[in-house]
Amino acid sequence: MSWKMHKENMNSTRIIKPVKKIPGSVHPPYKKELARNAPIKNVSSMEAHFHISMSQHLGAPAKPIVKKGDTVLRGQKIGEASGFISANVHSPVTGKVIDINEEQTLSGAYASSIIVEASDSEKWGVLMPELDWESASPQQIITRVADGGITGMGGAGFPTHVKLSPPKEKAIDTVIINGAECEPYLTADFRLMLEEPENIKNGALIIRKTLNAKRVIIAIEDNKPEAIRVMEEALKNCDENVFIAVLPTAYPHGAEKQLIYALTGREVPSGGLPMDVGALVENVGTAAAIFNAVAKGIPLVERIVTVTGEAVAIPLNLRVKIGTSFAALLNVCGGTKSKSTKLIAGGPMMGITQTSINSSYTTKTTSGLLLLPDNMISTYSSDPCISCGRCVEACPMHLMPCELSILLEAEDITGAEALNVLDCIECGCCAYSCPSHRPLVQHMRAGKAAIMLKRKQQKNTEKK
Amino acid sequence: MSIIETTVIVFGTTGIACGALLAIASRVFAIKEDPRIGKVCELLPGANCGGCGYAGCADYAKAIIMNDAPINLCTVGGAETVKKLSTFLGKTAEAAERKVAIVLCRGDEANAPKNSIYNGIVDCSAANLVSGGNKKCRYGCLGYGSCARVCPTGAIEIKDGIAVVHPELCIGCGACVKVCPRKIIKLIPASRKLHVFCSSLDKGPAVKKVCKVGCIGCSLCSKLAPDNAIVMSGALAVVDYSKNIDDEKATILEQKCPGKCIRKT
Amino acid sequence: MNGSDNRSVQTEEPIFIISSSPHIHSGSSITGIMADVILAMIPAFLTSLWFFRWNALRLVLVCVISCVLSEFIARKIMRRNNTIQDLSAVVTGILLAFNLPPDLPSWMAALGSFFAIVIAKQLFGGIGYNPFNPALIGRVFLLISFPVQMTTWSRWTIPTPLTGTDAVTTATPLGLVKTSLSASGNIPFVFDTTTAWNFFIGIKNGCIGEVSALAIIIGGIYLLYRKCICWHIPLSFLGTIYLFTLILYKTDPSSNMPPLFHILTGGAMLGAWFMATDMVTSPVTKKGMIVFGCGCGLLTVIIRKWGGYPEGVSFAILLMNAITPLINRFTRPRVFGHYKGKRIEL
Repeated sequence: MSWKMHKENMNSTRIIKPVKKIPGSVHPPYKKELARNAPIKNVSSMEAHFHISMSQHLGAPAKPIVKKGDTVLRGQKIGEASGFISANVHSPVTGKVIDINEEQTLSGAYASSIIVEASDSEKWGVLMPELDWESASPQQIITRVADGGITGMGGAGFPTHVKLSPPKEKAIDTVIINGAECEPYLTADFRLMLEEPENIKNGALIIRKTLNAKRVIIAIEDNKPEAIRVMEEALKNCDENVFIAVLPTAYPHGAEKQLIYALTGREVPSGGLPMDVGALVENVGTAAAIFNAVAKGIPLVERIVTVTGEAVAIPLNLRVKIGTSFAALLNVCGGTKSKSTKLIAGGPMMGITQTSINSSYTTKTTSGLLLLPDNMISTYSSDPCISCGRCVEACPMHLMPCELSILLEAEDITGAEALNVLDCIECGCCAYSCPSHRPLVQHMRAGKAAIMLKRKQQKNTEKK
Repeated sequence: MSIIETTVIVFGTTGIACGALLAIASRVFAIKEDPRIGKVCELLPGANCGGCGYAGCADYAKAIIMNDAPINLCTVGGAETVKKLSTFLGKTAEAAERKVAIVLCRGDEANAPKNSIYNGIVDCSAANLVSGGNKKCRYGCLGYGSCARVCPTGAIEIKDGIAVVHPELCIGCGACVKVCPRKIIKLIPASRKLHVFCSSLDKGPAVKKVCKVGCIGCSLCSKLAPDNAIVMSGALAVVDYSKNIDDEKATILEQKCPGKCIRKT
Repeated sequence: MNGSDNRSVQTEEPIFIISSSPHIHSGSSITGIMADVILAMIPAFLTSLWFFRWNALRLVLVCVISCVLSEFIARKIMRRNNTIQDLSAVVTGILLAFNLPPDLPSWMAALGSFFAIVIAKQLFGGIGYNPFNPALIGRVFLLISFPVQMTTWSRWTIPTPLTGTDAVTTATPLGLVKTSLSASGNIPFVFDTTTAWNFFIGIKNGCIGEVSALAIIIGGIYLLYRKCICWHIPLSFLGTIYLFTLILYKTDPSSNMPPLFHILTGGAMLGAWFMATDMVTSPVTKKGMIVFGCGCGLLTVIIRKWGGYPEGVSFAILLMNAITPLINRFTRPRVFGHYKGKRIEL
């Protein structure tokens, strides 16, 4: 359904257009028709063991506060935030802790993981008291968000209570709720907008109140007209500073810096944060989770995951408890219907490949589980760069990926740093467009890691 | 005047003028450098490997003369270079023992399987970034050859999927040590022949799941080795290279190791 | 190592492939781009067959086969992987053939192909590493080594000469103009609409692929549609030629040809659409492409007007190829988030 067909029927004062066109961008096929019509389904508790990682967020991992043999309740805190940038972790089920092991997370790093054998997975054991968010103070709300272990659910997992406490001099005037979901195949945010618009709306208003901001913009791409309609309906009693922005569909319109630029015209400075330009971006899932934590006292233990891909028998959007194995999710979706040798946690542009279905467990930031059939998997080669310029055209940060990859192949770290490789957001637009199939994003990541290591070593030698 | 005469005069004059300019410049812009720096640089082996910690032989020579750097830092030249330098400078120093590199892992293709197929840059640091590397053992050698490529003498060979150092070719510069992302290459005295070829910090049962020749932490070697030459660091046996193990004891240790990770070189 | 669970759902799993993101691709490839370029050259190939018959076929076949063989053998000798399947050698062969006069002996064409592929491309490392356009290097090599054969053309009737009598010549329009101007100072023929139209279609003398502007433009539009090239280089190249020859013509119509003449003759069309747009040797940024095109156009006009050769496109493009890395360096885009001067006001 085209966006133009709906436009005539809509109340146009609440719907706004972006003020700027994002730099670069590519247009991969949406592939959302595979799962967009599947309503959110609860994964019933056939999964007995839940592996809850202590590192489900950016920053220091949480510290386990239970030990082997303990009984835990659904909603009970089992991991304590350790440090300024850290988050609590709660148990999604009632059961017994059968082990605490060091396990590999979805990103490849290792962290402690509490393994709970479930006896009841639906009844809440522990909940926080309900808060009236309209009368609560910002500090109360922030404390509640911290207690609830809320982290960014768009993929990065930044602890939300830290994001909601910017320093006094960085005043926020625009809150952007990210419903763009620009990654192909994924429909989790789309279904959430269709089925829980009130929760998202309330979450957005809570964020605005906490930050004392002026306006709220809910950004949705124009390939989701039904979601735009539903959200518009949900906002009908809001004040005039709550908007819905309809974005032209392009990848990566949902990337934080590009989204802020498109909606406000402001560029987040290099090395800076959105608060430096008076903006804040939160995923629609995070907004809904904030509302649940504040108004209903529910900690973050579940999220929507889209299991999709042409190799999956029945693509579905599932409400999944953290710690559920990918094997259980795939089972619910009828397994694979064609051979697939690439298992991706997340979307196809920025997702992370996994080495095992059985040993991969859902976290707070897992938005998708993607299985592509073998004939659709692209392979990287080490062919030389032919200077076609498609990567330069596609880069949303206006970098020159071709030049950077040649420097990084030659291990010229200083040269790459001078060419601003640290500004790369690893979106994958360059490698998507490269006719030589060069592993450009991997080059960028390796370069960034080398620069950070060099800086750390320099700091250490300076200390000596 | 004929054209030949004109040409000769013009070119001759230009040539002489340029030559004079160069002669004047070489005098006016000359940098005063201690002549000993050049001589010391000639006495050094000239491998420019950086093993001394300076950026090449010329830099080390400058540091010796200007900053009084110790004269026994050259790992390539070893005792011979120390003797030459001490004769020239009138200083004395103990030559450090020759060091070679060793890769403390035996988990090749047959013994330590991979958990996935890796498609990407053929470099160990880059491969380590992708899902933690595609080897089941998170501590073992990935075998993509970053150390082999950076070795200035070609002393490292990738055999059966892991890196192996040929000690007779190694000059002990330490470039491979710096580049290994899993930090399993060590610089050890060349005379030591008994090694624990494993760097896994996992406990025994976990190691057995991922490698046939890993250290299972039974600590038998640490009990058998004389004078605490092998100590247990958690579940991993570590050789203390400051202590010598004679050949007979080394053979016994190699035979008795149940994990098959202790070997003589 | 993850713990084993007896009561978890376990499924049989294959050995997975791991790689860095992204995991999907737009589907473009070097072979695909080269195939598109070959398709775009078909109209020009057909017109070359029409006007030059067997010579055109002979030259194209010789050049393509020599280029492909040279690349195959060179890669083998250098112990590198075989790259003939990316079709870039085929493209170089066809483009080199298009730049040759119809009567050139086959062995010279083969020699030029060998030089273009081995010296100008493989010795630098293969595709992507060559600083100069290989086909143009091949052509210039032949021009300098065999100047007589490279400037011998077939017979052609001059359109309505000023003297009133029909004449038959064996020179290209540009060659004719140059010799006539330096000898007698007169324009040798009238450039009227009919002549312009003839030149546009291809009824003129020249290298086998450069005569028909129409065929080249059709191919160029196909390349634009397939996004193999951007409009920046052809437009700036031809536009600059037009602009500067217009200035010259307006200043002195008696010793300069009209701008349209310059666009339609010589290698201007072929150069602008196919040679200057070669990806490897042209700039990567849009601004850089415009600078490149303008530079090529300016140099072409200078060489045509004041240089020793009647045609300047090949040299102009090669000279601009030399400064492409510099152009790339100076036209780098401003990185998002790096401000020049004032911060953005809220």
